Amino acid sequence: MSPGTTAPPLDVASIRADFPVLAQQINGHPLAYLDNAASSQRPLQVLEAIQNYYTHDHANVHRGVHSLSHRATDRYEAARETVRAFINAASVREIIFTRGTTEAINLVAFSLGQRLQAGDEILITAMEHHSNIVPWQLLCERSGAILRVAPINDAGELVLPEFMALLGQRTKLVAITHVSNALGTVNPVKVIIAAARSRGVPVLLDGAQAIPHQAVDVRDLDCDFYAFSGHKMCGPTGIGVLYGREAVLRDLPPFQSGGDMILTVSFKGTTYNELPYRFEAGTPHIAGAIGLAAAMDYLTRLGLPAIAAWEAGLLSYATGLLLQLPGLSIVGTAGDKASLVSFNIAGIHPHDLGTILDQRGVAIRAGHHCAMPVMERFGLAGTARASFAFYNTRGEIDQLLDALRLAQRMFA
Amino acid sequence: MSEPVRELTDLYRQIVLDHSRHPRHQGRPEHFNREAEGHNPLCGDKVRIYLQLQGNLLQEVAFEASGCAICLASASLMTETVHRRPLLEARASVEQFDRALSTGAGATLTGDLAALGGVSQYPSRIRCATLPWKTLLAAMDASSATVTTEQESTQR
Ligand SMILES: Cc1ncc(COP(=O)(O)O)c(C=O)c1O
Repeated sequence: MSPGTTAPPLDVASIRADFPVLAQQINGHPLAYLDNAASSQRPLQVLEAIQNYYTHDHANVHRGVHSLSHRATDRYEAARETVRAFINAASVREIIFTRGTTEAINLVAFSLGQRLQAGDEILITAMEHHSNIVPWQLLCERSGAILRVAPINDAGELVLPEFMALLGQRTKLVAITHVSNALGTVNPVKVIIAAARSRGVPVLLDGAQAIPHQAVDVRDLDCDFYAFSGHKMCGPTGIGVLYGREAVLRDLPPFQSGGDMILTVSFKGTTYNELPYRFEAGTPHIAGAIGLAAAMDYLTRLGLPAIAAWEAGLLSYATGLLLQLPGLSIVGTAGDKASLVSFNIAGIHPHDLGTILDQRGVAIRAGHHCAMPVMERFGLAGTARASFAFYNTRGEIDQLLDALRLAQRMFA
Repeated sequence: MSEPVRELTDLYRQIVLDHSRHPRHQGRPEHFNREAEGHNPLCGDKVRIYLQLQGNLLQEVAFEASGCAICLASASLMTETVHRRPLLEARASVEQFDRALSTGAGATLTGDLAALGGVSQYPSRIRCATLPWKTLLAAMDASSATVTTEQESTQR
């Protein structure tokens, strides 16, 4: 990801003090947590926000006449405003709290999907996470729509001309990842969105891997939907967001149904609540939303340009170091890349690498990264993946390299 | 939080590394009358077992696999263990192996299989070692089957 030009550098040593989880020994070695693309860690500020909420302010939201319920509602809605500002949405009516990226995508697949007819097309890419594939496959089964998949090249980049060729008369939705979790590729989403919108096709961006690492401005992107998870951006698990352009959301039928999403319920007929509540059935994850807002405040305070710059430094350092190892090949070499490295070492299965690294305190992910079509594209059973956050250091990457050398000696 | 002290050399013993590099009985044999496939959806390991059953005897046992060193070594050591053995004995071996690993009692394994005993101290790797054995069981039970590590039942 391209670093900001004027970002002040991060004080990573003091940042790490906010993350007590990082200061531990794993198997007798200092933890080097390099599995941030799977889930990041949380700073004390987020933990305290959640603790404070449950300690002082909890009640159910949107329904109580009593003071505590008002307070909880205020805090929940303040969290929504924080999210709005964080992604620069036009209105809080466009911010729907979900369980995470997966549920956000399923919401769109269900609600927008009701309009689809046999022969309509949904366009995705060959680098999607399973959660941006399977909901569309199921929708296609239900509706008779057809899933089109734009190919990627050997560097793991979207083949743009092929994508454009697939964007046709029948395309009813483009659903594409902003940043690939398996390859690190940053997609040229603005070009894609401009092309789709000029044909009247709505675009959903899977922002799970983008939002922790770069400033996201949904109005600048001009996307119709943006889905992301709290737990990959230092927030709690079980909370995520679907941003939806108000003009698009207004016409969509509800997703899940029950309390909170209705205005009146009668056996003669039920009327639905206004945006965004129409899409938030049941008691929401109030503490999760508050924790997510605290995470966003934290990232904003550090500055996303500074985060991006630090991570870009880690990525180039790691790439240079890893390529020194004989037999190591990097999978995903896009020109514009997020701070993760997927790789294989000749003669050592990624799963064995994962175990050996863990014995040296280094946490990485090994396997298909919920992107089996990507592995198939490259003819691989899986890869090892080291993914970096702003609290990682070059020392941790050195530790990774030492552990990889050990693995190579063992398997020599 | 203190964890048990584990040494990598307990997991990757020389015999294990040797079998993973040079697996025995690997490859689809010319003659077989039973086969089964197993996979571990968590890590993508795949195993295919071929048997030539003669009466009650496992006349031939062979495998194809794509997987980690533990999976390959386990498959290779397994074929050595059950090759030319009666069905009943092979079943007992499967059960014993599975129990030893899943109850943390890897140290009770004997012979060459003892080399896989360390796996029982690595919970995330137990499935890698048991996959070939579960697949062998499926092959002995039926003429064709698919097993996965995430589901005890066989799908036909
Ligand atoms: C690109 C991408 N999309 C979607 C998801 C799914 O996110 P969640 O499991 O939080 O719903 C992930 C998480 O692994 C991801 O990396």
